[in-house]
Amino acid sequence: MAIPYTLEFEKPLAEIDAALDALERDPAAGEATPDRAPAIAELKKTQRDTLKKIYNNLTPWETVRVARHPDRPLFRDYIRRIVKDFVELHGDRRFGDDPAIVTGFGRIGSHKCLLVGHHKGKDTNEKLACHFGCAHPEGYRKAMLKMRLAEKYSLPIVTFVDTPGAYPGLGAEQRGQAEAIAVNMRDMSTLKTPILSIVIGEGGSGGALGIAVADRVAMLEHAYYSVISPEGCSAILWKEANPKNNAEAATALCLTAKDNKRFGIVDTIIKEPVGGAHRDPDKTATSIERWIVDQLAELTRLKPESLPPKRYERFRALGKVGEPRRSSTS
Amino acid sequence: MTQISTTSRWSETTGAATTRVPEGLWLRCPACAGMIYRKQMEANQRVCPDCEHHFRVSGTERVQYLADEGSFEPMWAELTCVDPLKFVDLKAYKDRLAAEQAKTGQIEGALTGRAFIKGRAVMLGVLDLSFFMGTLSSVVGEKLTRAIEYATEHDLPLVIVSGSGGARMQESTLSLMQMAKTSAALARFDQAGGLFVSVLTDPTTGGVTASFAMLGDLIIAEPKALVGFAGPRVIQQTIRQELPEGFQRSEFLLKSGIIDRVVHRHQLRNEIARFIDYAGK
Repeated sequence: MAIPYTLEFEKPLAEIDAALDALERDPAAGEATPDRAPAIAELKKTQRDTLKKIYNNLTPWETVRVARHPDRPLFRDYIRRIVKDFVELHGDRRFGDDPAIVTGFGRIGSHKCLLVGHHKGKDTNEKLACHFGCAHPEGYRKAMLKMRLAEKYSLPIVTFVDTPGAYPGLGAEQRGQAEAIAVNMRDMSTLKTPILSIVIGEGGSGGALGIAVADRVAMLEHAYYSVISPEGCSAILWKEANPKNNAEAATALCLTAKDNKRFGIVDTIIKEPVGGAHRDPDKTATSIERWIVDQLAELTRLKPESLPPKRYERFRALGKVGEPRRSSTS
Repeated sequence: MTQISTTSRWSETTGAATTRVPEGLWLRCPACAGMIYRKQMEANQRVCPDCEHHFRVSGTERVQYLADEGSFEPMWAELTCVDPLKFVDLKAYKDRLAAEQAKTGQIEGALTGRAFIKGRAVMLGVLDLSFFMGTLSSVVGEKLTRAIEYATEHDLPLVIVSGSGGARMQESTLSLMQMAKTSAALARFDQAGGLFVSVLTDPTTGGVTASFAMLGDLIIAEPKALVGFAGPRVIQQTIRQELPEGFQRSEFLLKSGIIDRVVHRHQLRNEIARFIDYAGK
């Protein structure tokens, strides 16, 4: 079963797939040719090994490509798999309803939660409606409105981050894109209810952080989190966005889950199935669900008032600086 | 202690849309194209005497224009960048930093400290456009957060003057996190009843706009300053149509309901003092 879309670094896999196909589809295969079975088994083993080898050694740029894989599971795919009794809530009560951010009540394990997440869209129409996961101010405001409800009803908040960035457009600017994101960051820091965030694909800058000021932050193994896209970065600093420069920028930006964990920006890396989340969405969903349930078991035991101060300290500590002499703070 | 006497020629030598006339006694105003006498423009707080065009100013100049003479006491000026990513593009980040330091005489972007504005005590933060385009780095985020916390603790009105290209790419998610850090500090300041006046100057974009700059209780902008989340070029590439005249300029923001007032540079001290009085701080 070949995956229809193949990234260029998966080329060896495509070749094995083709060889397997040829063997299995050989008209003579139906006849008694028992000697073919070992060859097929051998190829399948090679396929597994190659897949593992490729995905264990992804470069940062390749990671970005996997994070954007067209078959990668999206927020709604995880809702279907993880959340019971999902009730979607629409609208920001001010301007409209942005499909690029989905919000709603639902149950995860035994916990009633509020879910918030970027949604990129599956088919072409949905993708266009969602602006490929680039939210408008009304999306961020919808998210904040519902998160305030969650605080009011003592529901933990779980956010799924998957956006190339907030939408750069005329209407977005006119309606205060920057203000919407800023207010979300400010107000999320004060919510007296547990907040979890999981970067499931693209963690694109302020557009990602606008729903990710959380008590605990996790990243899927092949997701990325960065201040700017590698293309944007290479266009500015390398003067030209081409595959070579993009790859260098991706490395320099330290955008992988491992790097972000090293800097304390994320707390946990959630392992993906061999070959990426798109090869086994069910298994990925189970891993995410387990992490959420574990964290909520801990966080819901704490006094809600104790959460904002801890959350403050978490973000307060990020970004080490050098302090050669004692600062004048008198 | 850093001194505030460094005379920066930054806006004429490297400013994006300022002027191409070689440095000298005279320069051409990019707005009205008139030839203006440099000294006169500088004495006029870098405002064109003919057409009121606001030239870009460095952090030290900004402090001079805003604070009562000699009242600014810099704080946390010695904080340094530790370059945790060991970022290298065509040049190493640490070399770029060294060049910025040599050019400006500053250790990092942003000046923070206590000051008086028309006799009123304030905590003042100024992003320094002349240093790395005023970008938000870990050091800048840390300085501003300390300033906000200090203002909270001492019940001082807070004034932050923004002028910035956004988050500093060379620190990736660490600079991104400064947006959350400063915003969270402002939440506490707000809960404590603090007054925060955010002053936007040309240009204020990206992660700076999308954090503390937009969180002012009162937000004022200098005339015709470019203020936005995304840069105009990115927007144009995305929507593939001409942007309307004056899009993302202060006056456009005022009309869109995003800022409180457009204020001439010469009036900033008056306006801020008035806000402080109305807020009873």
